[in-house]
Parts: sequence; C-alpha cells; structure tokens
Amino acid sequence: MRGFGIWAIRFYLALLLLFLYLPIVVMVLLAFNQSPLYELPIVWDTVWFQSLVHNDRLIRAGLNSVGLALANTLIATVLGTMTAIAFARYSFRGKALLELMLFPPITIPWLIIGTSMLIFFFWIGIGRGLHAMLLGHVALSMPYVIMVVGARLKGHGSALEEAAATLGASPWQAFWRVSLPVMAPGVVAASLFAFAVSFDQFVISYFLAPPGVSTLPVEIYAAIRKGFTPEINAISTIIILFSMGLMLLFARLYRFGGER
Amino acid sequence: MRHRRACAFRFSGGGYRMMQEARRRVAIGFLTAPAYVWLTVTVLLPLSAMLFFSFLTVAPIGGREAQFTPEHYLTFVDKEFYRTLTWRSLRLGFDVTLACVLIGYPAALALAKYVRGRWREAIFLLIVLPFWSNALVRTFSWTMVLREGGFLDRAIHWFSPDAPPFSMLFTYPAIVLGLVHSFLPYVILTCYISLEAIDDSLLEAARSLGANALQMFLRVMLPLSLPGLFAGVILTFIPVIGSFMEPRILGGRAGIMLGTVIEDQFTTVFNWPRGAALSFIMLGIVLLIFAASAPLLRGRLKGL
Repeated sequence: MRGFGIWAIRFYLALLLLFLYLPIVVMVLLAFNQSPLYELPIVWDTVWFQSLVHNDRLIRAGLNSVGLALANTLIATVLGTMTAIAFARYSFRGKALLELMLFPPITIPWLIIGTSMLIFFFWIGIGRGLHAMLLGHVALSMPYVIMVVGARLKGHGSALEEAAATLGASPWQAFWRVSLPVMAPGVVAASLFAFAVSFDQFVISYFLAPPGVSTLPVEIYAAIRKGFTPEINAISTIIILFSMGLMLLFARLYRFGGER
Repeated sequence: MRHRRACAFRFSGGGYRMMQEARRRVAIGFLTAPAYVWLTVTVLLPLSAMLFFSFLTVAPIGGREAQFTPEHYLTFVDKEFYRTLTWRSLRLGFDVTLACVLIGYPAALALAKYVRGRWREAIFLLIVLPFWSNALVRTFSWTMVLREGGFLDRAIHWFSPDAPPFSMLFTYPAIVLGLVHSFLPYVILTCYISLEAIDDSLLEAARSLGANALQMFLRVMLPLSLPGLFAGVILTFIPVIGSFMEPRILGGRAGIMLGTVIEDQFTTVFNWPRGAALSFIMLGIVLLIFAASAPLLRGRLKGL
C-alpha cells in the first residue's frame, strides 16, 4: 500500500508537469516546423527564425521591449531599494500611506490600472508612448523590488551599520562600504525580477501603445488576432526561453522566502 | 546604540538632537519622495481621474464639452446585458479558482510532505517556472494544442483515424483550461508555503494520539494550511475576473466577459466614460472581495 501511494503521487506530479509544459513544448516544436500552415509531421527547419531577421516590425518591437525593460530595471531598482531602506530602518508618518499605494499595482487587475493610466495620461497631456509605458512599468515592478530587497534587509538588521557608525564612518561611508555589500544579492535579484516584469508586461503596454509604437507582447497580440504564422511561434520561443532563463537566475540568487 | 549616543550629548543642549532629527527627516524624505511622487502619478491620480471620467457624458479631450451624468452606472443597473456579463466573469473566476484548488492543493500537499530532498526542489522549480514567463505567450501556446488540426486533434486521429475533426478552441472550457494553466502554479506556491511550514512533530503528536491519516489531514493539516489556500484563492480569483486577453484568444465569441467589453470601450468603441464606469464597477467587486476576505484571513493568521 505504501509503495503504491508513492507511485500514485509520482504519477500525479508527472501528469501535472505534463499539463504545464505540453502547450509550451508544442509551440516551440512548431516554431521549427517548415510548414507555414502548421502541418504535421514536423519537417525540421529554422526558416521562421531566419525570417525574423527581416521582420522590421518585430525587430523594432523587440528593441523597444529591451530598451524599456532596461530603463525600467534601472529606475525601479534604485527607487525600490531606497524605499526598502526607508521601510526597514525608519518608522515615519506616511509610511502606511506609501505601503497602501504599493498595493494596487500588484493586487487589482492590470486591466483597471492600465485603463486608468490611459485616461489620466491622455487627459493631462503625458499621452501614450514608450515614456508612458515606462511610468507604468516602474509602478508595477517597484513593489516587487521593495519586497525582495526588504526581505534581505530584514534578514540582516541594522547592527552592522551601527557598528560602522561607532567606528567613525560617516552615513555615506556606512552605506557604500557596509549596507550596500550586505544588500547586494537582494538588489541583483530584484533587478532581474524588475527586468522580467517589464519584459513580459502586456496589459499596461497594450493600453499605452499609440499606433506605430509597440513592444513584443503588444505586437504578438495583434498578430494572434489578425491570423498568425510560425514566425510568431519563433519569437514566442525566444521570449519564453529568455524569461525562463532570467527566472532560473533569479531563483538561484533569491531563495523563496529570502532566507539566504 | 544610536539612542545611547544621543543621550551622551544631551548635556550639550538640544542642538545635537535637533540636528539628528533634521538629518533623519532629510534622509526619509530623500529615500521615499521619489516613490511617493511616482505612485501618485501612476496609481492615485489615474484612479481618481477614472472615477471622474465615469460620471461624464463624453471624454473631455480635444475640446469636447462634457456634462456630469450618472447614466453609465444607471445603464449597468438597467441593462440585463451588463449584469449577465458581470455574472459570466464571476462564474469564470469561480470555475477557474475551483479547478486550481482541486488540482493544486493535492500537488502542494504531495510536494510538501511526501517528496524529499533534491527532487522536491527540482519539481517545485519546474512548477513555478512557467508561471514567471510571459502569460500572453502561454495563452497563445494553447491555441496550438486546441485548434482544429492542432496537437489534440492529431493525437485523437492517431488513435482513431475515423474520428470527426476535433477543435476546442473558441469555447468556454478552452478559456478555463488556459486560465487554470496560468494560475495553477500560484495556488500550488501559496499552499506549498503554508503546508511546508507545518511542523512534522505536530503530525507525529496527532499520530501518537491515535489519529488516522484522514483525521490527521482534516484536523491538523487542512486547518493549518488554510491561510495559504485562501491567499491562493484570492490571488487567482481577482486577476481572472479582470482577464480579457485569455478569453479573447481562447474564447473568441464565446469569450465575451466584463474584461473584454471594457477593453472594447477603450480600443475600438472609444466610449471612455462607459469603460471607466465598468472598470470602476469591477474595482468595486474586487474591493468587496478583499473586504470580505480580510477578517477571514486575519482570523486564520491569528489562530496560528
């Protein structure tokens, strides 16, 4: 009975993994299929990856995505780390309000956040475009940065900084020579996460994209609705492998729960 | 330590302490002001602007004159169409969440209590990995499986060549399937975290007091893992009722939900005030769910 139970559990988990990975594997395999009509059996070919090189729309969208994600990573990591330090080291008036404002981007549906940004940005003249998307992406990724860096800071109290201060370090020195090295793994993990959040973000970008300017997810959505070719599989394959790679890196740096 | 230093300087007058306090304030202001400003511009003001727009006749952009009106909220109450839509979205949230719990909780339990060591770590990572990848791409990948001539169709015909053509794409079950695929890792993650935290000695105590496996589960494991389960339920239900991309891609015409209608108001119909009102109604539903679940969650957490 005991042996049977263990096998049942293994079987169940295997089935679960099959369910989670089946569509992704099918999509990737079809990206390497020669037929433009997705006909089987698969005839191995990289023609769709080659034609990506000549697809200016997708290349421009890809460059936009990467540029946006890099800018987002820089801003969200710096602002988020600053806020995390303030949360961990000080108690102050307005802390509760700030914590409350961090709540909506990660809890209420992005549809609501995205449409409200569209209305407001259009109304006051910020308009749509990459700059508007950047505003939105930073708001979405900052809460995650604060959580990840905050967990790291919680694990290491302020004792080291106080020791530095007693030994005569100025606050600035204490920050650069003591606090930052302690936080570093958390900050690096957080920046990877911020990059992934922005690179994969679709909803906010979709509502803030003016005609002619898009990111990869926005371009893919348009293609799916118009009728797609295996080119979309090829670019999707690249995206999914890339973001899974990022997350593996993140998982190595930051154990869930942040105990390391 | 900081405090003791401040005491030592007390006799030199209040000057040092005031300077310290001023310094502290400058530091806090410097550290938090950018986040404050950023979130005000991207969260607080946009949500306020949306509330304002939802009471206007037309969007006051490009020199158009707008009047105040409650008509968008009134149509919501009047027209059965919108109530049906809301009901459909809630129903979708319910179905997806239920499926996620039924499939995900046993998996989390198995992983937390019956799989050990490196295997546990590896399987756990494999489960959460797709969750952190692009949701749009994952939804797209399901069309490769479900459409006519897709993977499932081929697989069926491989077993029985005479079967009629099979397609699940553009049906309600397809939407549920795609969304379960998206949110299952979430539920497994939250359940796993609270199940894994249960001390094994509690289970041994229950066993030595004569509990059988079922009793042990119902009286010890389940109650102790409820916070994680609730968290997973809420974190699945809320995004699902706000989803529009998955119903659109996998549901086609069968996928008309509150979310897709809101999307239409902003991208094709251009009736922003109506879209704003519908968004706000959705936000209201979300806040109601949070309010209703807050005491439940808090009570549970206190009970730990």
